[in-house]
Amino acid sequence: MNVPAISLGVLGGTEFWIGVGVIAAVYGIFTLGLQLNVGYTGIYNFGQVGFQAIGAYAMGILVVKAHMSFWLALVLASLAAMAAALLVGLPSLRLRADYFAIATIAFSEIVRYVAQNARGLTGGNQGLLGFDQTWANISDDISKALGLSFDLFQVPLLIVSWVLFLILTVLMRVLVRTPWGRVLRGIREDEDAVRALGKNPFPYKLQSLAIASVLGALSGYLLALDLAFLNPSEFVSAFTFIGYAMLILGGLASFPGVIAGAIIMEFLLEATRSVDLPLSGDKVAALRFIIVGLALILLMAFRPQGMFGKREEMVLGE
Amino acid sequence: MTQHGGAIETGGEAAAVTRSPERETASPLRQRPALVALAVILAIVVALLVAEGAHDFGQATVNGLVSGSYFALGAVGLTLVYGILRLVNFAHGDFLTFGAYIAFLFNVSIGLPLIVGVAAAVVATAALGVGFELGMWRPMRRKGAGTLQLILMSIGLAFLIRNVIQFIWGTAPKSLGANVTASVSFLGLAIGRTELLVAIVAYLVLVAVGVMLRYARVGKQMRALSDNVDLAETTGIDTGRVIVITWIFAGGLAGLAGVLYAASIGSFTPDFGSVLLLSLFAAVLLGGIGNAYGALAGGVVLGLVQEWSTLLIDARWKIAVGFAILILTLIVRPQGIFGRARTL
Repeated sequence: MNVPAISLGVLGGTEFWIGVGVIAAVYGIFTLGLQLNVGYTGIYNFGQVGFQAIGAYAMGILVVKAHMSFWLALVLASLAAMAAALLVGLPSLRLRADYFAIATIAFSEIVRYVAQNARGLTGGNQGLLGFDQTWANISDDISKALGLSFDLFQVPLLIVSWVLFLILTVLMRVLVRTPWGRVLRGIREDEDAVRALGKNPFPYKLQSLAIASVLGALSGYLLALDLAFLNPSEFVSAFTFIGYAMLILGGLASFPGVIAGAIIMEFLLEATRSVDLPLSGDKVAALRFIIVGLALILLMAFRPQGMFGKREEMVLGE
Repeated sequence: MTQHGGAIETGGEAAAVTRSPERETASPLRQRPALVALAVILAIVVALLVAEGAHDFGQATVNGLVSGSYFALGAVGLTLVYGILRLVNFAHGDFLTFGAYIAFLFNVSIGLPLIVGVAAAVVATAALGVGFELGMWRPMRRKGAGTLQLILMSIGLAFLIRNVIQFIWGTAPKSLGANVTASVSFLGLAIGRTELLVAIVAYLVLVAVGVMLRYARVGKQMRALSDNVDLAETTGIDTGRVIVITWIFAGGLAGLAGVLYAASIGSFTPDFGSVLLLSLFAAVLLGGIGNAYGALAGGVVLGLVQEWSTLLIDARWKIAVGFAILILTLIVRPQGIFGRARTL
């Protein structure tokens, strides 16, 4: 991506920060799923980017190759992500927490390998495009209605993604306060106690993973519309861990924390791009991931509850 | 998740498996998983020999033994660290990368012989392992850090190592001063001269590690700790010392594996170790997590199966074959070929 000239002091141009805002919402929605799994159910989903990839690619393939309507493709792609969650969860949710983490990261890498190598279907490294006509029309309508100039063409996506992010945050907050959500927290705290109360934890864990997978898929659609192009390199495991950095920064067991975590983490990551450093592209990219790495290490060492997490609700495993 | 002590944390059916030894003894085959694995591998060998011919099969086997050698070297350290510290070290793959770049620094940038580069890689990676043990892991264990905390810290560490390397050396592929074009052949099978050397070094070291674990005092202590930390401690083993030695081993072997990989493949980039990590996990889980001999065998088996798979499907899928083995192992026999269900 081209680094825009510095126009607002040290901060980049308006268009640049609109783009950052979209990405913050994309990975915010992504991280809502991690919050449900890790913060409320105590299952370590390390394959969230795999669900995102399945959602995005299934939508893209259905629209481009099967000439399906965008809206129907969204529904079917969400079901595909959910099916993947069941497929992964059924055998591996019975395993111990760290084995589940390894199984899910392996799953997400398999998804990426398929995206990269099943060229007939996904376009491989050449990418997949041509799925966003429906959205382009909607975006134009919104732009016209608001009287936006052309350089603000991403504002409609910013609005839609943030409205969706906020609605989903509220929904998730409501969901974990239902009796169903209380069982999840029970599983997080003490699985045997839940079993002793006559509830089988397994279906609840599976449902938690399935909901997270749909949140992953939703973030995948927004990412696809933002990029207008799907490429396997957008779905490497590192993105799952950017999600974890947002999750931990905001705090475990707090959905509003996800909003704060997503904004701050994305700001930190993009700030390295907005300032004109006398460095080559790969060095700037390295710097961004050094920030993620340091954030994970320092947070886990000194403030595992993050900004808004409650210490008494923080379960980090044995 | 259970909160009470002990290493048992399972849900649903897996718990039933671990809690009922009679299911283990129900079938004689279940008691001899290594035999079953051997039989399966033999069957695959015969099938491939018949279907693909001796030459193609032989060549794939040679290639598999070479890649299996650095999988095994990398996997031993990963499994020992898990067994002894209960730490799933996601930074282990990047230890391999670190080793390769240290060798590059000494061999290419400074211009010293490759052997000096190899030695420097082993020493530096071992020092890296010990440094993070003393600076990070030990203080975190004292704080009573949980599984998620430690895993995420190791992931943060992985990002840190990989990207500091990328920051210094960039993403352009680098190569060591090893001749990767010369090859030798025997019985009509070709193997690169460097690859042959790599395999010889790797298998000698693997045998040495096996002997050390079996007979040396510190090797026995490591296995004892890996088996049961509390019990080992009560017999008077200085756990702090054994843990540091474990990191020296894990780091040194990872550094060596990284250099051997770099030398035999020819060129490498800062992400090669993290790409290899899941293959190392596959080797570790195949052999039973925490079981050092298992990781040695698992690494070689994984190398062979990946190369054999290229006889049947396109070579670009061979890494995915490794991941599939990982997931299949987790589903069918999460305790691995040599593991016992109780450690689950």
